[in-house]
Amino acid sequence: MDLQLIAMQLLSGAVLGAVLVMTALGFTIIFGMLGVVNFAHGALFMVGAYAGVAVAMQTGSFWWALLVAPIAVGAIGLLIERLLIRPLYSRPPDDPILLTFGLGYVLVEGVRIVFGNDGIPFSTPSALVGVVNLGIGYFPIYRLFVIGVVAFILLLLWLGLEKTRFGLIVRAGARDPQIMRVLGVDMRRLWFLVFGLGIGLTALGGVLAAPMRNVSPEMGTIVLAEAFVVTVIGGLGSIAGAVVAGILVGLVVSMTSLFAPEMATISMFALMALVLLIRPQGLFGRAGV
Amino acid sequence: MKGKHDKFKSPTRRQVIGGIGMGTATALLGMPLVARAQSEPIRIGFPTPLTGPFGAEARDQVKSAELAVKQFNDAGGLGGRKAELLVRDDKLNAGEAATRTLELIEKDKVHAVVGALSSAVQLAVNQVTRARSTLYISISQSDTINEVKDWSRYTFHEALNPHMTTAAVAKHTFKKGMKIAYLAADYAYGHEMLRGFKRAQAAIGAASVGEILHPLGAPDYSTFLPRISAMKPDILCICNFGRDQANSIKQAVEFGMKQQMKIVVPVLLHNQRLAVGPEVFEGVVGGANYYWGLEETIPSAKAFNNAFRAANNGAIPTDYGAYGYTGVKSLLQAITAAGGTETDKVVAALEGLKYDVAKGPQSYRKCDHQSIQSVLVLESKKKADMKSDVDLFRVVATEQSGEAMLRTCAELGFPA
Repeated sequence: MDLQLIAMQLLSGAVLGAVLVMTALGFTIIFGMLGVVNFAHGALFMVGAYAGVAVAMQTGSFWWALLVAPIAVGAIGLLIERLLIRPLYSRPPDDPILLTFGLGYVLVEGVRIVFGNDGIPFSTPSALVGVVNLGIGYFPIYRLFVIGVVAFILLLLWLGLEKTRFGLIVRAGARDPQIMRVLGVDMRRLWFLVFGLGIGLTALGGVLAAPMRNVSPEMGTIVLAEAFVVTVIGGLGSIAGAVVAGILVGLVVSMTSLFAPEMATISMFALMALVLLIRPQGLFGRAGV
Repeated sequence: MKGKHDKFKSPTRRQVIGGIGMGTATALLGMPLVARAQSEPIRIGFPTPLTGPFGAEARDQVKSAELAVKQFNDAGGLGGRKAELLVRDDKLNAGEAATRTLELIEKDKVHAVVGALSSAVQLAVNQVTRARSTLYISISQSDTINEVKDWSRYTFHEALNPHMTTAAVAKHTFKKGMKIAYLAADYAYGHEMLRGFKRAQAAIGAASVGEILHPLGAPDYSTFLPRISAMKPDILCICNFGRDQANSIKQAVEFGMKQQMKIVVPVLLHNQRLAVGPEVFEGVVGGANYYWGLEETIPSAKAFNNAFRAANNGAIPTDYGAYGYTGVKSLLQAITAAGGTETDKVVAALEGLKYDVAKGPQSYRKCDHQSIQSVLVLESKKKADMKSDVDLFRVVATEQSGEAMLRTCAELGFPA
C-alpha cells in the first residue's frame, strides 16, 4: 500500500465529502430553521436533476441548467411551503414528516409519468470533461469544479447568515420564534423564504450530481439517507456541522473502500451510531435541541 | 444460499393426513374435471418486478410474453383452447414474489409459471413451484438453479447462466498474460459472475490483479477507483446489474479509466446504455441473450422483431424483454407437443423440445434443464457509427454455446 494511493484515497474521500455536503445542505437548513424533517428531500433532489435535464435539453447548455433549474425548483418549494407545510405549523412534528414522506412518493411517480422509468442521459459539460494530473494521480476536472461550487455556495450562505440583517433575523428565529414574533417579525414570511432557499439548494445538488450519477426517478432514495446521516453527525441544523460531517463521512467511506470495500456503505451508518453514542447532539449541535 | 430450505418446515402429521384426504378428494372429483379441462384456458402465471429499479426491463418482458400468447391464440391455440397470461408485480422482493406465486398456484390455478428478473427473486419463486410440483420456466441469470441442491424436475432455465455468459465474454476479451481487475456487486449475481470470469481467466491464462466487492446499489464509485487504477490492469471487469452498471461505468469513464484499460461487463444492458448515452458506453464489451440486430442473419429474430414492432408502435424488443418471449413460447410449444397441460407430459415434452423462436436453435438439456443456446458478445458503438437511435451495439461474436460451454452434469452433482 503506497503513500500515493493513500493520498489519492484521502482526496477522493474529501471530494466525496463535498458532494455529500451539497446533497445535505438543503435538508439541514430547513431542519435547522423550521424544524421540519423534509422526507421529500431525496425526491426534490431528483426533481432538481430532471429540471436540469429539461433545461439543458431546451437550451443545450449545462450552465443555464445550473442556474435556472434550482430557481425553478426553489419556486416549487415556495408553493409547497405555502400550500402544504404552512397549515401544519401548529400541529405535532410528525404531521409534516408524514406529509413530506407522501409528497416524495407523489414526486417520484410524477417524474415517472412525465419522463419514464428509465434513466436519462446527462453528459458532463464539455469544458469540464477529462482528468487533471494532481501529482499523486489523475482526478476528474468535474469533481474539482463541484468542490469549487460547494465552497462558493457555503461562502455566500455564511455571508448571508452572519453579515446581513436578514441572516440575523433567520438565526434569531431559529433560536426562539416566539420572541421574534413578539418583536414584530413576520415569521411566516421568513419560513416561507427559508424553505424555498432550502429546496433550491437541494435542487442545485441534484443538477450538480447529474453528470456523476445516473439520472433516474429513484436517484433520490439514497440521497435522503446520506443527508440524514450527515445532518445527524454534524448536529441537527448546524451548517458548519454539516460541512465537517460531510467531509468526515467522505473520508471514512473512502478509507473503508480501501481496506474493506464491501463495508463502504455501512461504515457511514456505523459512524453515525458511534457519534450518537458519544455525543448524542452531534458534533456541532447544542445539547437539548 | 445455505439455509434456504430451512424456511420450509417439514410437514406435520396433521398436514400429511390432510394432504392424503385432499388427494383422495381430488381424485374422486377429478373425473368431471377432466372433461372441463379441455375447454378451460391455459393459464400462465408471470411474476415480474413492474415497480422498482428493473421496471423498464420488466415491462419489456411483459410485452414480449403477451406477444407470444397472442400468437398462440391467433393460431387457434391448442385445438381451440386459448392461453392466458396472469401478470403479477413481484416488486423485486423475494417474499413478495413467493406470495404472489403461491396465490397464482393456489387461487388462480395456473398451469405453469414463467418469469422473475432478479436471481434472488427467481430462486424464491423456484422454492414455491418446486414444493408445489408446478412447472416453472425461469428467465433470469443464475448458476445455482442448475445445481442439484436447487434443482427441480419442474423447473426449466430458459435464460443464460453466468457460467456460459462469462465464458463467452472472456473468450473474446481476455488474452493470455493479461492482468484483470474485478469490481463486483456484493450479492448473488455479482458473486456468480465473478466466479465465472475467474474460471474462464484461469483457463485462458490471464491473471487477476485484484477483486473489489462493492455494496449493492452504491451511488458513488469514486472511492473504489484509485485502488483499481493502482492495480494497473489491462481489463476492468465490472460485474453488477441495472443502475449499478450505469453508475459505475459512468464514473469509471469520468475518472479516465477507459484510457488506461478496457471495460468488460458480463451482460451489456440495452436499457442502461440508453439511460447513460453512447459516449460513456463506447467500447464497453459484454454478453447478451438477445439483440435486435440479430435480424440481419437470423430469420426467427427478424420474425420476432417484426411481430414486436407491429404490436408496439415500431419499438424493438430488448435483451431481458426477449426472455419473456422465448420463455413463454417454448412452454406453449411443449404444451402443444404434449397435447395438454398435464405437468408430467409437458415436462417430458420440454425435455425433448427443439425450438427456434428468436435467436436460433435452442433446447433444454436433460440433466439440469438449462437451455442450450447462443451467447452474444456485444460492443457498444461510437455515436458516429450509429445508424439510428436504436443501433446501439456491434455483434462481436455469436458464441454457439453447445454443451461445451456448460458445466458438465457430473460437475453440477447429477448422477451420470
